[in-house]
Amino acid sequence: MSENQSNHAALVRVESVEKIFHRGSEDIHVLADLHLQVPTGEFLALMGPSGSGKTTLLNLIGGLDRPTRGLVTVAGERLDQLSDHRLAAWRARHIGFVFQLYNLMPVLTAERNVELPLLLTHLSKAERKKHVDAALAVVGLSHRATHYPRTLSGGEQQRVGIARGIVTDPTLLLCDEPTGDLDRKAGNEILDLLRALNREHGKTVIMVTHDPHASARATRTVYLDKGQLSNEPVK
Amino acid sequence: MKFFHLIWCNLKRKKLRTSLTLLSILVAFILFGFLSAIQQALTGGVEMANANRLVVRHKVSIIQLLPESYQARMNRIPGVDFATHQTWFGGIYQDPKNFFMQNPVVPEEFMKMHPEIVLPPEQMQAWLKTRTGAIVGRSTAERFHWKIGDRVPIQSTIWSQASGSRTWEFDIVGIYDGAKKGTDTTPLFFRYDYFDENRRENRGKGLVGWYNIRVKDSAQAAEVAKRVDAEFENSSAETKTEPEGAFVQAWASQIGNIVLIVAAILGAVFFTILLVAGNTMAQAVRERTGELGVLKAIGFTNGRIVGLVLAESCLLSMLGGGLGLGLAWLIISRGDPTKGLLPMFYLPTRDLFIGVGFSIALGLVTGIMPALQAMRLRVADALRRM
Repeated sequence: MSENQSNHAALVRVESVEKIFHRGSEDIHVLADLHLQVPTGEFLALMGPSGSGKTTLLNLIGGLDRPTRGLVTVAGERLDQLSDHRLAAWRARHIGFVFQLYNLMPVLTAERNVELPLLLTHLSKAERKKHVDAALAVVGLSHRATHYPRTLSGGEQQRVGIARGIVTDPTLLLCDEPTGDLDRKAGNEILDLLRALNREHGKTVIMVTHDPHASARATRTVYLDKGQLSNEPVK
Repeated sequence: MKFFHLIWCNLKRKKLRTSLTLLSILVAFILFGFLSAIQQALTGGVEMANANRLVVRHKVSIIQLLPESYQARMNRIPGVDFATHQTWFGGIYQDPKNFFMQNPVVPEEFMKMHPEIVLPPEQMQAWLKTRTGAIVGRSTAERFHWKIGDRVPIQSTIWSQASGSRTWEFDIVGIYDGAKKGTDTTPLFFRYDYFDENRRENRGKGLVGWYNIRVKDSAQAAEVAKRVDAEFENSSAETKTEPEGAFVQAWASQIGNIVLIVAAILGAVFFTILLVAGNTMAQAVRERTGELGVLKAIGFTNGRIVGLVLAESCLLSMLGGGLGLGLAWLIISRGDPTKGLLPMFYLPTRDLFIGVGFSIALGLVTGIMPALQAMRLRVADALRRM
């Protein structure tokens, strides 16, 4: 597919990326010669059927996995050149993750969950508290700060997940099916929140979704099928 | 410290499992404390033994007596500073189970030989003035609520008086303490002159149990011991002379190789605990694969993940170990449970530190495999298991 955005303005550049998984003697080609550029400030929806490689692509952009071939550059950093240790530190600094199943620590309260990425910084306890309060205020959950995940609704848990994703003020927010486990009303609230983060706080967001209703909130939608991207929905 | 809350909360996740593991570690460390105290009681005398002192006994057996006249000959042997003697009295106070040692000694020589025994000067003077006087260690005095001025009857299982009575009466004139921890303060010492004058004519008059010798130079102790034995070679009562430490060691060895027995029991216990705690940690990490994936995704490095798992296993074992050692110390500090058979029954500070070291080692060993397993997790794979 062709990219309209300038290379220089791109926050994310995926070039000639191929990803092959090995299952026994079988090679599974998930992504093939894939190109993608995401400019700063974009809210990109990544759609496609199950097994099309959406999450794999998201993982490559987030530095959770490495491509078999090709380059992934985020915020000017070539991820293939980073060691595992430096990649982890890079993720802590640049990436906020939002997962479909929220992935909160059940033994920690909402505020403690949000604080987790800040434990990797040099912030004092008071400074961490300030950041956590701000993140919870952005997602509208200040009043539930001391609640454990099991006492929160799905929508509230996802808000905590988003607060955890943005608490370090990352360069890029990666959301993997953020509304996939929520009812329509809660899903809409999460989508409104992500759009607000994009528009009002200038966050670059890449969101994987099945749901056309969700992708409609994005500024651009690309479609992934059989390892290839296109601007048109898969027939 | 900022990770402590996360580690603590993970530990509390499965309360029953954590409690049971904690309890098993706690029991193991109580056992460690008790066995250490028993080992100390049985072998501690070796540590307390003075390098300047030799013990001379009959070559055949400690129960064979030696002539009192040997003392003067020993004092003339080159390298000997001076010699004094003791004799096993084998007395019972009220009940055979009230065991403690009582020996007749020559007070001035005895006190000069044993500077680890601390007796106030006025009590020493009283002992010298009172032929029936005896001094008793503080632990026995407290055990029987004896105080200075009390007259105590002790029935000897070995020595009869000229009157035929086996009951000897002593006036408590002094209560001594130990100069350092570990000094045995259970024995009662009374005057040899009173003992020798009053024992029956045909029952060992002029004979003593064993001699203590102080050498002028501890480096020459082995040489002096040879000289002593050579002095009495081919006599009717040949001697066996050895350093005080070796003498005490030989005494303790009659029960067996205590150190080996204790090590074997502790080895079995800690191996079992290793499996129990190791299983707990392995399960804890397996159940948390997805969460570990999340931590890695948000930027926790492999090293930090290893640190978190190890810190959790160490916290568990140190909690169990610390509580176990604390409880053991509390129970042991109440004193000898046998009321006399283990006079030096206490938990040495050295063993407390060893116990703490064991608890840290236990945490590291039980945590290392799960920690490496967590480290090797691929983030993308781990997230799929949420």
